[in-house]
Amino acid sequence: MSNLAVRLLPVPLFLAAWEAGCRMAESTYFPPPSLIAARARELWFSGPATRLFLTDAAIENFVPSLGRMFGGWLLACFAGIVAGVAIGRSATLSAYLDPLIQFGRAIPPPALVPVFIVVFRDDLRMLLATIVIGVVWPVLLNAVDGARYVDRVQVDTARVFGLTRTQRLVRLVLPAAAPKIFAGLRLSLSLALVLLVVAEMTNGTINGIGYELVYMQQSFDMPGMWGIVALLAVLGLVLNLSFLLLERRTLSWHRLARRAV
Amino acid sequence: MLEITNLTHTYGRGSGAHRALGGIDLKVAEGELVCIVGPSGCGKSTLLRSVAGLLEPTGGQVLVDGRPVTGTPDGLAVVFQDYSRSLFPWLSVGDNVALPLRRRGLDRAARREAAGEALDAVGLAGASSKYPWELSGGMQQRVAIARALAYRPSLLLMDEPFGSVDAQTREDLEDLVLRVRGHHRMTIVLITHDIDESVYVGDRVVVLSRSPATVTADLRVNLPAPRDQIATRELPDFVRLRAEVGRLVRGTRPPGAAVLSDPSSN
Repeated sequence: MSNLAVRLLPVPLFLAAWEAGCRMAESTYFPPPSLIAARARELWFSGPATRLFLTDAAIENFVPSLGRMFGGWLLACFAGIVAGVAIGRSATLSAYLDPLIQFGRAIPPPALVPVFIVVFRDDLRMLLATIVIGVVWPVLLNAVDGARYVDRVQVDTARVFGLTRTQRLVRLVLPAAAPKIFAGLRLSLSLALVLLVVAEMTNGTINGIGYELVYMQQSFDMPGMWGIVALLAVLGLVLNLSFLLLERRTLSWHRLARRAV
Repeated sequence: MLEITNLTHTYGRGSGAHRALGGIDLKVAEGELVCIVGPSGCGKSTLLRSVAGLLEPTGGQVLVDGRPVTGTPDGLAVVFQDYSRSLFPWLSVGDNVALPLRRRGLDRAARREAAGEALDAVGLAGASSKYPWELSGGMQQRVAIARALAYRPSLLLMDEPFGSVDAQTREDLEDLVLRVRGHHRMTIVLITHDIDESVYVGDRVVVLSRSPATVTADLRVNLPAPRDQIATRELPDFVRLRAEVGRLVRGTRPPGAAVLSDPSSN
């Protein structure tokens, strides 16, 4: 606990320095954090207690954004794991598809936003396509890698004891690949947040966190704009920590087994 | 029970080819415990993998219960040397033992019961809910043996099963194998590089030559049962047989000495 307290010490120091710097500079573009926090509270967190203090603006923008992000991420996770395990377990599939995968993952995901705007005229599909295509790669590549290198003795064991295909997949390949797969999932989750904001900032969308960011900028609401940035940082942090917690619970055998060796 | 005829296997092709098995002939009768010894790297594991159906040999034939081995035979279990890799770390000890039993058509309760009995038989009655990595090496190998026992194989293959445990544990596990073979009517083929162990545990000791491996000798071990770690090892027969196997493995023979028993007598 005291260790954590020591490690968190730079945070208030940084905030204090930030506050002092902005107050001295007196620039419209760099409002002090206290002002940003007050504006954020006014904009999004001054609603009724029954709605967890969220205002209409918060619900209108954050809920669809989170929905899009998780929707896209989950779709990408599912597709990436299914395809990745299949490719990892099949040398033929792997040989044929590897060049395509290398090509696909080399495309910077935001480059596809204009393409998807033209292809999918409606908002939601454009956003989902951007997120799915952008974040599927870490999941896919890690799943391929994890499924490919299952320990030979474990594979032999499964064969000797006559495990069926389904059993081998569920009881051997997936658990064996899980540490790699989880690493991919975590990477893609933070990437999903990035792509969500990028896609929502382009014209066409009518709400969302990215939309709000551009809207604040265009209406010269500097504290509001900074507020969105800070909010995104907190959101990213919370997502990563929650995922780490889930990972620790699911993969406790992996952590402990490695420590035991 | 097990019949191996002119089994050959070559890894790779062309100039880089390595001939591991050079024509092995071996018969194992039902209920026998046969130890296979040979210098390290002589192809013992290749032989075992061929019998287990994990490797398709380039020549010859393996019959288990009169049927040629294609894929892994149904009534066959293997205890691997590397217990830490053979047990699944994401499953509890009980689940590891019970996992293969679905193939036996047992329902959940019956699988759990069979796993419990097998763990009991290897002296790990209370360990069912533990994880393999919470146990010592010797205990993990006991779990692997329990898994094989619960599977009720007619043929049990053991690939240097005690190669990674300390001397004391090794003796305990040797006695465990001798004890459980009495309860379960199993044929056991145990591969080892330990000459002492082969004579102590086996009904027969089969000596392989350097690769490409062939059978150089097939010795019957006529030591009284039950065997005892101290008393058996001081019997003159044990000492003589151990020396004989040792010379055969090293490929040296004292002048004028004859082979104790010849392979055709089996």
